[in-house]
Amino acid sequence: MSAPLLRGESLSLHFGGVKAVNDVSFELPAGRILTLIGPNGAGKTTLFNLISRIYSPTQGRLYFEGRDITGIAPHAVAGLGIARTFQNIELFENASVLQNLLVGRHVARRSNLWQEAWLTPAARTAELRFRRDVEEVIDFLDLQSMRNSLVGGLPYGARKVVEMARALCMKPRLLLLDEPSSGLTTEEKGDMAFWIADIRRVLGITVLMVEHDMALVNRVSDDVIALHTGMVIARGTPAQVQANPAVIEAYLGRRQEVQS
Amino acid sequence: MRYLFKTHYAQDLALFEHSGQRFWYAMLALVLLAMPWIASGYWISQMIFIFIYGVVGLGLMLLAGYTGQMSIGHAAFMAVGAYTEAVLASKGWPFPLTLLISSTFAAAVGLVVGLPALRLRGLYLAIATLAFGFIIEEIIARWDTVTGGNAGMRVKPIVMLGLSLRDSTSFYYVGLATVVLTVFLVRNLLRTPTGRAFVAVRDSEISAQSMGIALAQTKTLAFALSAALAGLGGALYARKVGFISPEQFTVMQSIELVMMIVIGGLGSLHGVFLGAAFVIALPQVIALAKDLLPAAIGGSPGLQPLIFGLILMAFLLFEPLGLYGRWVKVRTYLELFPYYRGGMFARQRSFQKSERTK
Repeated sequence: MSAPLLRGESLSLHFGGVKAVNDVSFELPAGRILTLIGPNGAGKTTLFNLISRIYSPTQGRLYFEGRDITGIAPHAVAGLGIARTFQNIELFENASVLQNLLVGRHVARRSNLWQEAWLTPAARTAELRFRRDVEEVIDFLDLQSMRNSLVGGLPYGARKVVEMARALCMKPRLLLLDEPSSGLTTEEKGDMAFWIADIRRVLGITVLMVEHDMALVNRVSDDVIALHTGMVIARGTPAQVQANPAVIEAYLGRRQEVQS
Repeated sequence: MRYLFKTHYAQDLALFEHSGQRFWYAMLALVLLAMPWIASGYWISQMIFIFIYGVVGLGLMLLAGYTGQMSIGHAAFMAVGAYTEAVLASKGWPFPLTLLISSTFAAAVGLVVGLPALRLRGLYLAIATLAFGFIIEEIIARWDTVTGGNAGMRVKPIVMLGLSLRDSTSFYYVGLATVVLTVFLVRNLLRTPTGRAFVAVRDSEISAQSMGIALAQTKTLAFALSAALAGLGGALYARKVGFISPEQFTVMQSIELVMMIVIGGLGSLHGVFLGAAFVIALPQVIALAKDLLPAAIGGSPGLQPLIFGLILMAFLLFEPLGLYGRWVKVRTYLELFPYYRGGMFARQRSFQKSERTK
């Protein structure tokens, strides 16, 4: 088997005495969809922030395509081909959808300030190519009707899709989705599941996501890792993890005989 | 109402959206070019000040309106440009070159201010830039061997191609050319990756970073470009006024610049010039109104700052998008008549966002 796309090696992050992530190791082979589940405060988003380098791990190392990325700058992560979305949508509110998506192509920027200020032929060509790249994503996610809308005026569900679209505009190899279905209606959740499956199937992008909605997890993920208090308590297929006693205990607590 | 059917990606990149816009901008250009024949010397002089403040405002708009980094020390960058210009002019350097050097020097100063500003945000950044303004003011006042100290210094008029541009008509065209050029360059930046990076940093730093935008680099660049434009405006100002002293570049001046872009409309280039025209015209209107008011009110020295302050507050409360925002509403009303709804722009009021915690 070839080397995994993303590999975490005993990652830990401590805030003082709080062990937000504690000795977590995982492997994500290319082309798979891996989901992190766990109750609130389990360390799922913190693990995400470790991967996108917003936090530096106290211990452990991260490898992307076999390359150690533990020490690189946060903005350099995008250049490697890792895109992400945020739990509480972080779009550029006062810009149009199109502008938001074009920011996604920033990773492909080759022009310098001088070329852009004068809009030289090279800068113009690049700009038109970005526009075409973005249109492909618009087409993929059916965003045609809101191209020129201000993000600040869009309903929640639409913003969620726009945020995913912006991540896709980066043409990433790994997509990190932080709770893609939170706050969506049942119908929107269905669309989201369909798109996530399509992102892997059509675009060939590996997906790592945090998700609470088990129906969605069952529908799209290949593998599931359950976290609790910063530690891995179970891993395997969605069905295996859901049947795991430790997972049930983490969510529901222990069954106790009550003596009267 | 006009519907745009786009058939080429280049249309999204075009300077003018449609032929109507092209027509009106051509009209505007004609009027501006013919101005010296239409208007008297007084109005030409006022127009020159609108151009100068427009260029400075463009710089501040880039920083505050597009990158979200507020500065209340921008008069200091103007001062750096003005004094560099004055010193170079007294040494007999040729004109367009002095302008370029003044602007570049201001940019270098902007870079230096931008570096510590990377660690500051919102109100704290505003205070830091305020302090910077005081420092520059103090340096100018004390370094009297070069700047003439509090006594100020005279600035030689522009000499280009052996001709002295002392009269306001030729200066008018120099100002107009500068405005057209700077607006063109800024517009280009705003529709390419650099401009989008600015907007991204303004709206969400964390997600800008995850899109591959280097925060430090982008903010420093915004500071440098903004200072360059302010310095350029300052240099023109020095040449226009002919005499500069530290009192012309005080905190009040900086605040007036902030007021200008807020009244004009944060986040729009039109707003810069609407705001500049407003700020230049208002003192004249106040001066006229003084004669009509009773002497006790009309004669009091604090009248102008009071009215300025009241107007700024009124804009923040009732029209946070400024004059340009108001114009967009009027235009939409006319386009959609009689279908315009009162609440159509309600959402946009959230533009004045409070500080984010992360």
